[in-house]
Amino acid sequence: MTAHPIESLATADTGMAFAHRHLLGIEDMSPDDISLLLTLSNEYAERNRTPDRKLDLLDGCTVINLFFEDSTRTRVSFELAAQRLGADVINMSVATSSIKKGETLIDTAMTLNAMHPDALVVRHPHAGAASLLSEKVTCPVLNAGDGSHEHPTQALLDALTIQRRKGHLQGLLVAICGDIAHSRVARSNIHLLQIMGARVRVIAPPTLIPAAMERLGVEIFHDMRKGLDGCDIVMMLRLQRERMEGSYVPSTHEYFHFYGLDQEKLGCAKPDALIMHPGPMNRGVEIDTLVADDIDRSLIREQVEMGVAVRMACLDVLTRVHGRQAR
Amino acid sequence: MAVRPGDGDPMSDTRPGRTAYINAHIVDPSSGRDDPPSPSGGLLSAGEAIAAIGPDIFAGGPPADATVIDCHGAVLAPGLVDIRVDFCEPGAEYKEDIASGSASAAAGGVTSVVMMPNTDPVVDDAAVVEFIARRAREVKLVKVYASAAITRGCDSNELSEMGLLKAAGVVAFTNGTNTLADAKTMVRALKYASTFGALIVQHPEEPTLAGGGVMQSGEIATRLGLPGIPREAEAIQLDRDLALVDMTHGRFHAAHISTAAGVERIRRAKAAGLDVTCDTAPPYFALNELAVGDYRTFAKLSPPLRAEEDRQAIVAGLADGTIDIIASDHMPQNQDSKRLPFEQAEFGAVGLETLLPMTLELVHNGHLSLIDALACVTSRAAARFGLPAGTLAVGTPADLVLFDRDRPGRIAAETFRSKSKNSPFDGRLIQGMVLRTVVDGRTVFAAVPAAAAAA
Repeated sequence: MTAHPIESLATADTGMAFAHRHLLGIEDMSPDDISLLLTLSNEYAERNRTPDRKLDLLDGCTVINLFFEDSTRTRVSFELAAQRLGADVINMSVATSSIKKGETLIDTAMTLNAMHPDALVVRHPHAGAASLLSEKVTCPVLNAGDGSHEHPTQALLDALTIQRRKGHLQGLLVAICGDIAHSRVARSNIHLLQIMGARVRVIAPPTLIPAAMERLGVEIFHDMRKGLDGCDIVMMLRLQRERMEGSYVPSTHEYFHFYGLDQEKLGCAKPDALIMHPGPMNRGVEIDTLVADDIDRSLIREQVEMGVAVRMACLDVLTRVHGRQAR
Repeated sequence: MAVRPGDGDPMSDTRPGRTAYINAHIVDPSSGRDDPPSPSGGLLSAGEAIAAIGPDIFAGGPPADATVIDCHGAVLAPGLVDIRVDFCEPGAEYKEDIASGSASAAAGGVTSVVMMPNTDPVVDDAAVVEFIARRAREVKLVKVYASAAITRGCDSNELSEMGLLKAAGVVAFTNGTNTLADAKTMVRALKYASTFGALIVQHPEEPTLAGGGVMQSGEIATRLGLPGIPREAEAIQLDRDLALVDMTHGRFHAAHISTAAGVERIRRAKAAGLDVTCDTAPPYFALNELAVGDYRTFAKLSPPLRAEEDRQAIVAGLADGTIDIIASDHMPQNQDSKRLPFEQAEFGAVGLETLLPMTLELVHNGHLSLIDALACVTSRAAARFGLPAGTLAVGTPADLVLFDRDRPGRIAAETFRSKSKNSPFDGRLIQGMVLRTVVDGRTVFAAVPAAAAAA
């Protein structure tokens, strides 16, 4: 294998080593872990913009995407990332799997493990599913979202996007707005941004703020204008109606009135504040179309682009940790 | 300890002879007896009953025809009475059945158990009570009592046939793991049950507030992304029920109190003179929500493990007598029910084989005296549920436990007699070990002596 610049990262001679066998969440990561992934992700992001972007690092490796919850964009992003690295990709979604025939998560994991995949990407509607699965398989597990718990690659791609625009994370004031209670994106971002020295505010009606939220180190605002005051970054979350058992907000109409991001509310943030959204957007529910499509301030498309780079970096690093065979 | 495994065949139908227990530290909370070990005193059983007890009964040596058991200073107490176990039979025998549950009880020093009605079918019909009684007779290890549903199916608002069920031998009425939520039905149950002096046992958790939750609401649940159960669910349900007890003058028992506010509610109700008692279970005085850790489903209990300040309030409630009883809350779950993402896993933990050492932890930590701790698992439990147990009085059944209160060990779930191993205490260092369990004068469990076990 010819050495290429990316190969030199995440190896002992750079003095950086990734301390985890799986990517289950951000909460247990150190600043060094995150920096390593972001640095490598940035190199992949640059390379992805060149014609020379198809690599053979994972040639002969198999990556299984195991999705118990529908998600087109995350699955496609992981699939593209694995293919760019040269891996073979198999997609399993709940509609076609034996889960519907009553097989348990553990049985599915054991079955897939017997096929010796080199990485398992898992999305599941219940918190802790990726962690449970990681105990039963021999390959690295990448959490692509587990219930309301964590979505680590989303937080990493958000951080990369911010870092590329602002040059740093340290000291930034970030507002996360919307359904904090049910959002794995919010939890992963809260952990990552604080670990990297940013300050985080959460903005939502009290019904969408989980118990003891302040213990995670964030400031809580129920008034969006006050919450946005002085912010560098405004992260909007989707109102996840499918997760709600009861009535958390009276109507999407009322929600947009108080918590939808429009030009007027955005005026409360810093003049150069940037807007992010993990997608898919509900235009007119949590974000106004004019704001979402504002080419100078909206990072939404760049987030998607960074997603592929971040997932390449994560697959690369984790398969190395597991002793990927250098050919 | 000279104890031979298999000593006394529990399956034997022959009447046991006389047995002299010498050099035993005799503790009987029902009478306040706390006699130090002596070669001239102890306990004599004859047949199935206790024939004599006292510091001088063997002054002239034990009777020549008696089997002599030298207890070497170990504690001899009434066999434990556990007021809440799930034996899963009929319906879920793959998790536990009356045979394995009885063996688990015997190994834990428990000689009387009260089964929950949440079987399949539910215990809401005298025929199911008779089935359980027959199975227990066949197994013939420990005494198995049934509780029955307050309402048909444990989930309706139709009263079960309380009078007929009580005549069939049921010792209490409860909807088990379900809260009886409907206030009017609770009023009628309390009133109707009072005709028979029957006890109403409630799982005090307001279901519309707790619904959908899987662990204590708070920082840990928020970090783990799990839906929470606010601790107020317990206080709210107790407030309603205690008001209804005041209104009806019913007999009421609150199961597994787990919060500081819950203890306070019971304390006030007792001060007001209501006929109210309550219990808790070892997880609620020995663990807190941190035991959930990284989605440990063995720590998924109902009610959930609470905050540390709640745990301390439970210990204080036991110490001052507000909490009357400690139950094992034995709820077997097999691997398929627990090896799941936390939200999907079943609630519950086995507890029969850890009840005594966990109760002794309260003694070793200086919260309760030995005799008061034992009262929680013997005399008070038997008295409230009307069981002929929990005492060493002469003429009562010789249901005994002999245990070393200090012997150090480690809980090893894989050694449990229970079919299920879902213990949140697995691996915990403990002090105290059951040496022998006796039911109606017959040894139903004897520990393998340390020397033999090592060999």
